[in-house]
Amino acid sequence: MKIGILALQGAFAVHEEMLQGLGADTVQVRTPQDLGLVDALVMPGGESTTMSHLLTTSQLFDPIAERINSAMPVFGTCAGMILLAKSIASGRPDQRFYGAIDIDVERNAYGRQVESFETELNVEGLQSPFHAMFIRAPQVVRLGEDVEVLSTHEDKVVLARQGSVMVASFHPELTSDNRIHSLFLQEV
Amino acid sequence: MTKNAARTTGSMQVKRGLAEMLKGGVIMDVVNSEQAKIAEDAGAVAVMALERVPADIRRDGGVARMSDPEMIMAIQACCTIPVMAKARIGHFVEAQILQSLGVDFIDESEVLTPADETHHIDKMAFDTPFVCGATNLGEALRRISEGAALIRSKGEAGTGNVVEAVRHLRNIFGDIRRITQADSAELFDWAKKLGAPLPLVQEIAETGSLQVPLFCAGGIATPADAALAMQLGAQSVFVGSGIFKSDDPSPRAKAIVEATTHFMDADILAKVSRNLGAPMTGIGMDQINERYAERGW
Repeated sequence: MKIGILALQGAFAVHEEMLQGLGADTVQVRTPQDLGLVDALVMPGGESTTMSHLLTTSQLFDPIAERINSAMPVFGTCAGMILLAKSIASGRPDQRFYGAIDIDVERNAYGRQVESFETELNVEGLQSPFHAMFIRAPQVVRLGEDVEVLSTHEDKVVLARQGSVMVASFHPELTSDNRIHSLFLQEV
Repeated sequence: MTKNAARTTGSMQVKRGLAEMLKGGVIMDVVNSEQAKIAEDAGAVAVMALERVPADIRRDGGVARMSDPEMIMAIQACCTIPVMAKARIGHFVEAQILQSLGVDFIDESEVLTPADETHHIDKMAFDTPFVCGATNLGEALRRISEGAALIRSKGEAGTGNVVEAVRHLRNIFGDIRRITQADSAELFDWAKKLGAPLPLVQEIAETGSLQVPLFCAGGIATPADAALAMQLGAQSVFVGSGIFKSDDPSPRAKAIVEATTHFMDADILAKVSRNLGAPMTGIGMDQINERYAERGW
């Protein structure tokens, strides 16, 4: 069982360290050949517009869509959540995304970097609060009825799951707490 | 740092968090909205808003200052990616103004004319993260101790010549490697030699890496230059004059973005390096009167 980390841009290295810390076998995914090696995929935080662009130029967009359609487990954080959403408010018109989970998101919904923040979250299935980092984070502005809510902050859904797709608007990879990555690995 | 029950903003972790998100990307200097759109279209992770690119600052001479807020706001209004802007070294009021504008990162930059010949800005006093230049590890650690959330090797801005960027990256990573081999008694001498706080030197000995991300700046003009910086250990690249002083900025910008992602893949580098038109002409180090990299203390 190999876990891929989409490594086109962004915070992929810290995701990889965290997954390796949990004993997972990992591969950085930059090409369709890399994708062929993996059984699950993490889409990290970074700039969603940059990743959308690089998914196309790296010939990865369609192969990933096919894998998601055939139920490959995916976990998207921040920009990764934007890429997995059904629709993006305040995105770029040419921005591409997968529509893999029935949510609409708004990019940079909390504002510019001075509004970025850290906070404590209560997460479904975890015994104690999770310390979370929100960096120019997106917000879920519409939630489909089949989506399971795992955590909210100030009435906004910040961690959710539908089938084999899990998304977070914050960055569990920026802390030393690996419990949310464990939740994902349990699904895999 | 501001705290309430639900949120803490402006903490060191939140500042470094944005630096993490910019990894593996290209930050492009832009002087107007049109260039900012080209940069965002090409896949830039952020833009640096400034009135003149370094090559023009070098040509014009005189005092280079923070850009007009109107110009920075116009760029913020036209793109959705993070917008950075430069303040002069030690000019904390320019930094206060940039924070008030809501820029996402403040570059305390040697490309502008320094405002203080002894002190850098106390960056802990701000909620906005700072990036600072460094030519060696001591300089990098002094900036980190002042609160910088991101370090960039300085290179020599506005030259289109990568040689200084390579020197600075090799300086920084070479010393990090040597420190990891030092015994605990030698670390005191390292701290003294570097002019850097001992606890930061000890931390590097333990972890083998800098406390914040390290990007490369100053002289990158081609996709191969960007990949060279990345292979030497930089985690992202700043491209200043190299894009908009070239013959055909848009394809060059796209190619540098791809080269930064696929920096280890020579086949992709060969493919993206083709037919980009002429890069900026560039200048040799013996032809310049003033080295910006020497600014900063």
